[in-house]
Amino acid sequence: MQRKGFERVSGTYLLQQLINGISLGSIYALVAIGYTMVYGILRLINFAHGDILMVGAYSALGLAMSLHLPFWAVLAGSMLIAALTGVLVERAAFRPVRGAPEEVTMITSLAVSIFLENLGTMVLSPQPRKFLVPDYLLVIHNWGGLTFNNMTILIVVLAVGLMLALTLFVTRTNLGIAMRASSENLQAAQLMGININRIVATAFIIGSGLAAVAGVMLGGQYGRIDPLMGFVPGLKAFVAAVIGGIGNIAGAAVGGYVLGLAEVLLVGLLPPSLSGFRDAFVFIFLILMLLIRPVGILGSVERGRA
Amino acid sequence: MCELSIHESGERQVTSEPLLVLEHVDAGYGNIQALDDVSLHVKQGELVALLGANGAGKTTALRVISGLMRPRKGRVSFQGRDIARAGVHEIVQMGIAHCPEGRQIFARLTVKENLRMGAYLRRDPEGVARDLEWIFEHFPVLRDRLSQSAGTLSGGEQQMLAIGRALMSKPTLLLLDEPSLGLAPIIVDRIFKVIAQLKEQGKTIFLVEQNAFKALEIADRAYVLESGRIRMKGRAQELMANEDIKHAYLGG
Repeated sequence: MQRKGFERVSGTYLLQQLINGISLGSIYALVAIGYTMVYGILRLINFAHGDILMVGAYSALGLAMSLHLPFWAVLAGSMLIAALTGVLVERAAFRPVRGAPEEVTMITSLAVSIFLENLGTMVLSPQPRKFLVPDYLLVIHNWGGLTFNNMTILIVVLAVGLMLALTLFVTRTNLGIAMRASSENLQAAQLMGININRIVATAFIIGSGLAAVAGVMLGGQYGRIDPLMGFVPGLKAFVAAVIGGIGNIAGAAVGGYVLGLAEVLLVGLLPPSLSGFRDAFVFIFLILMLLIRPVGILGSVERGRA
Repeated sequence: MCELSIHESGERQVTSEPLLVLEHVDAGYGNIQALDDVSLHVKQGELVALLGANGAGKTTALRVISGLMRPRKGRVSFQGRDIARAGVHEIVQMGIAHCPEGRQIFARLTVKENLRMGAYLRRDPEGVARDLEWIFEHFPVLRDRLSQSAGTLSGGEQQMLAIGRALMSKPTLLLLDEPSLGLAPIIVDRIFKVIAQLKEQGKTIFLVEQNAFKALEIADRAYVLESGRIRMKGRAQELMANEDIKHAYLGG
């Protein structure tokens, strides 16, 4: 698309950017939820979460190439493999340092991130791989100057659908309410008979599954994947979780969309010469948010945990 | 102590053994020794109070029983089973409910969700519904606030919710940590009335209190903890009449 300067911003152009922002925001939201759920329960900032997205994308590629499954089955399979990877990472890396100071667990997560990225580079080659989605997803619609393909529709519908399902889960089921209880007060949750290990595993399963969906969607949008593809989206999703109020699931979703829209609109509205600073805008936005509202959009001030 | 000899005589005599037994328990944080050679017991159907000043180790004793803290030495047994190494959720499963200090209700969850979490391990919906009715009967305000988030309740209402939530697990033994803390006298009276009613209905209760007079009024027996050691023990009426207790705890 032709990039326009300030003087030629039309309504259609703005709408187009809105669509792009919502699509990008859906991906950030899916990844941010995983960050926020794990942080809520363990006070662990899991920087390896973005790499789970990469694991999801490669799992999808592997399933599609080796088993020739239909797209929905590939997606479901990649969610499953990512969920297993998430649980495995928790058991192997995070459980041994559970209860350690936050710096320790954070550095552990950085180590896991570097490990996964390098494992991917060694085993899968650093070269990007072609990531093909079925042709029907690439059908482009043109509505009065607004263009989007079925992939965009799928991203938004899937993200919203999964978030609604998650909302039902955390408000209607015993396990879901127990997750919210644990994220508020881990000790009191234990006194209810809640098995914390089970709650933590559930958080990693859900978070990793959602990250896999984001990975497949990113792969489908760009048409290629590589072992480092999770790093930047992971970092931005972390920013989204903080903006929304870390530990708050609804906040992560809101933060994801706010960040996606802000990123696309800033890049779309500023002169083209500044668009290379796209990622810098995200972090400037984070700094501004932290100055104005340090607890995030939906966050609340935390009273000390016993 | 007689409980000790019963215990050493074999695992099979569980019926004659008290429900809860602590034997020579040491516990602490870092260099701080919070419990020093504490031995006590609670029999089925009893209401036993653990009294003492702030920092005497009362809360630590409850934390050791519910598994939130591991004793450094000594034995904790419940229904004849050693529970000193069991996980917190396993101890709840065995039938101990711990209503913690400072209430610790889930402020962002609704009153209903809080009560539902109390019954987390139960698989008998009819029994749960019956217990819920009992709680509403004794704390009607909770029924009115059912779909409100628990953080909006007053301090007294939060204490009622915390007790109700603990009861929802249908515990064999109820541990109460300072239920009177920070509450208006009229609310304290209400809560102690309900505790007395629970005892009349046969519930076994281990009550930690700073308000010694209130606790001795409803308790069968009591222990007095001072700097982590048991200084006195006996029947509640005897302790109430004791000059030292009157002087130290009852303002006499």
